Amino acid sequence: MIQTDIDSILDKHPNAGRDALIPILQEIQEAHGYLSKDAVLRVGQRLNLPASKIYGVATFYNQFRFQPVGKFHIQVCRGTACHVKGSAAVLEALKRELKIDAGQTSRDGLFSLEVVACIGACGLAPVICVDGEFHAKLAADDVKGVLDEYRGKANNSDAA
Amino acid sequence: MLLNEKCCEKCRHDEDRPCPRWADCRTASPLCHDDEQCAAKRREGVERLLRRRMDRPAVFIGTGTCGLGAGAGKTLAAVRTFLQEHTLDADVVEVGCIGLCAAEPILDVQMPGRARVSFQQVTADKVPALLEAVFAGSIPTDDVLGQHGGNGLETWADVPRIDEHPFFAPQTRWVLANCGLVDPASIDEYIAHGGYAALGTIIRAKTPREICEMVLASGLRGRGGGGFPTGRKWLFAMETPAEQKYLICNADEGDPGAFMDRAVIEGDPHRLLEGMAVAAYAIGATKAYVYIRAEYPLAIRRLKDAIRQAKAYGLLGHNILDSGFNLEIVIKQGAGAFVCGEETALIQSIEGKRGMPRPRPPFPAVAGLFGKPTIINNVETLANVPAIAARGAEWFAAVGTESSKGTKVFALSGKVERTGLVEVAMGTKLRQIIFDIGGGIPGGLAFKAVQIGGPSGGCIPSQHLDIEIDYESLKTVGAMMGSGGLVVMDEKTCMVDLAKFFMDFIQRESCGKCIPCREGTRRMLEILSRITRARRNESGADALHRFKGVMYLDRLAEVIKDTSLCGLGQTAPNPVLSTLRWFRDEYEAHIYERRCPAGVCTELLQYTIDADACKGCTLCARKCPTGAIMGAVKSPHYIVPDKCIGCGTCVEVCKFNAVKVS
Repeated sequence: MIQTDIDSILDKHPNAGRDALIPILQEIQEAHGYLSKDAVLRVGQRLNLPASKIYGVATFYNQFRFQPVGKFHIQVCRGTACHVKGSAAVLEALKRELKIDAGQTSRDGLFSLEVVACIGACGLAPVICVDGEFHAKLAADDVKGVLDEYRGKANNSDAA
Repeated sequence: MLLNEKCCEKCRHDEDRPCPRWADCRTASPLCHDDEQCAAKRREGVERLLRRRMDRPAVFIGTGTCGLGAGAGKTLAAVRTFLQEHTLDADVVEVGCIGLCAAEPILDVQMPGRARVSFQQVTADKVPALLEAVFAGSIPTDDVLGQHGGNGLETWADVPRIDEHPFFAPQTRWVLANCGLVDPASIDEYIAHGGYAALGTIIRAKTPREICEMVLASGLRGRGGGGFPTGRKWLFAMETPAEQKYLICNADEGDPGAFMDRAVIEGDPHRLLEGMAVAAYAIGATKAYVYIRAEYPLAIRRLKDAIRQAKAYGLLGHNILDSGFNLEIVIKQGAGAFVCGEETALIQSIEGKRGMPRPRPPFPAVAGLFGKPTIINNVETLANVPAIAARGAEWFAAVGTESSKGTKVFALSGKVERTGLVEVAMGTKLRQIIFDIGGGIPGGLAFKAVQIGGPSGGCIPSQHLDIEIDYESLKTVGAMMGSGGLVVMDEKTCMVDLAKFFMDFIQRESCGKCIPCREGTRRMLEILSRITRARRNESGADALHRFKGVMYLDRLAEVIKDTSLCGLGQTAPNPVLSTLRWFRDEYEAHIYERRCPAGVCTELLQYTIDADACKGCTLCARKCPTGAIMGAVKSPHYIVPDKCIGCGTCVEVCKFNAVKVS
């Protein structure tokens, strides 16, 4: 299944050269949530690049992940404005509540946690972003409420 | 009627043979035939786009990223529901960010023939009452931000003007002129506001050299941080012969604390496109890239739409306005690497490689992307170009200081009352930005410092708040313009912790190519971490290391500055050097007394339990990660200082506020 997905993404870039590598990896991650070993090998075959080079590029950039993400992907902004307004405490609360470290996925597969440099919503600091939805001006105490909101959503969708 | 549609049968202009004076033809009157009716129709269309003439009310909602973060999505839904329930006919327009992030979600209403009124903090629950009142003809004064005037419409009595609001009054809005006011998804509105007219004139009547010289004369300097004269850079590329040249717009706004590029693209994407088209024509590039952060999905979407529209209008693409000038604009998403803000690293990234800088020369203007001459400009720089092209170099150079002309957009955030985007003339005082526009520090706390320029910049203490901002003056106090993030800090911010935060960021983002930056920033972070650590299980050798590190901090910083390859490394020690320069006493308190005056460095704090307040619920003892809290059920607990690692968990979990911090 996954193999054909990757091929269809690669087919969108006929005669792709080296400069198409990052866009291709981005599209694959967009579709699968992460870069699997198979995907990297397959891209290498098509672009005529060794897998080591592709890993070299992919590990250089913060965007690429090599593990599947949770159902809800949490991005915690650690920009300057967020830091000054206490994003460290928010991150700690998230880690404690989810019992995971940044870059990991929770046991139940619901949440994954990622630290990002700056989301660009500095006026609303501190900010976290869950699947593209922003939660602004958070305090450590609010974290549980936000997570419960998504846990509720997950339960609803399971029931339906 | 859309502006690119024909007014009548007689119109002879089509895609292959566009009108040479396209913008005039579309906004004033048709030029290929004389017909008063067609002219009237054109003018009416523009009046409608400028909303001087309206058939029904319009509701505007700021749905930039910051607006959405504050709940503008729900406000938008509430507006739609309200209109549907009351079967009211009104335009609902999603606009970009007007800049006053602290007041989001911002909602504007304009009744036909009346001035537009802005309201602040309009959450979804406030929508029905507000719209009901406005549609009935009265303006509720509670949440009103102000009314927009100046276009000949009847103003509301007793409603203050928005340009007299303390946030907006001292600003000079050129780059942000349209942000939050026009519909970013409509190219017609941009054209009606005078957009793309300059592009048409320039590619018809001016040579590339004239444009480069005009930009040079205007005094425009790179807004991304370096401050290199834009016109001179263009001249380099223009004078280099090559069969292919490239223009790159750097929208990889990596500086934490800066978000003006995002706001410009989200709120007024066509301004950037027009600037890019002028720049590309000036240097002779036929292909342009926008290198934009993947973290900005909305900006990417708006930009894609804008490019599509401009292409459909013949303002981008093949043979633009029948001038023989071609320009293709491609969006490249950055994959998240701070170092890619550096020109040569950005080029590597577009080529599909690891984003590592290379030595210069050759400069990108001579040999850049794929070995061809390449100009890289920041979003704000390019967004300044259309106005210069339309109004001339003298107009631009009339504002600003001796060495820095025009305006600068600052992203004001941190501990300040009114956070948001501020565009002021160069030479404005920092004090005015923070206290007049920003409204000062919330909660009656004292101002401590303002951090400018992101991780490469520095902190400016209160005694230097009266400097007039320009590229040179900031350098005299150990800071730099950077991309213009202003993070305000009050007395509760620890400067050592801030320096540590930046060093942590820099050492993670260092690309690892050259040793001073890769190893040096790491060592600096270690030294700072040791300073902020408590004396627990510390041997004599550890204590010695700690002092040795502190003594070498200055020297290490100088070595990194002098020997790094690129801008990231050369400016990496700035946060440490500037905090060390202005806040030495704080460092000394950390080093000699192991005390954090601001109470931020948790490890240096002392935790005790107030025996009177403690109810003995045992919660803290159970949550303590090191088992440092002792005590029996229903009797007061106490903390064993030697075991405490200062994580602060007990403070957070205690329901009776019994844990005291000193």
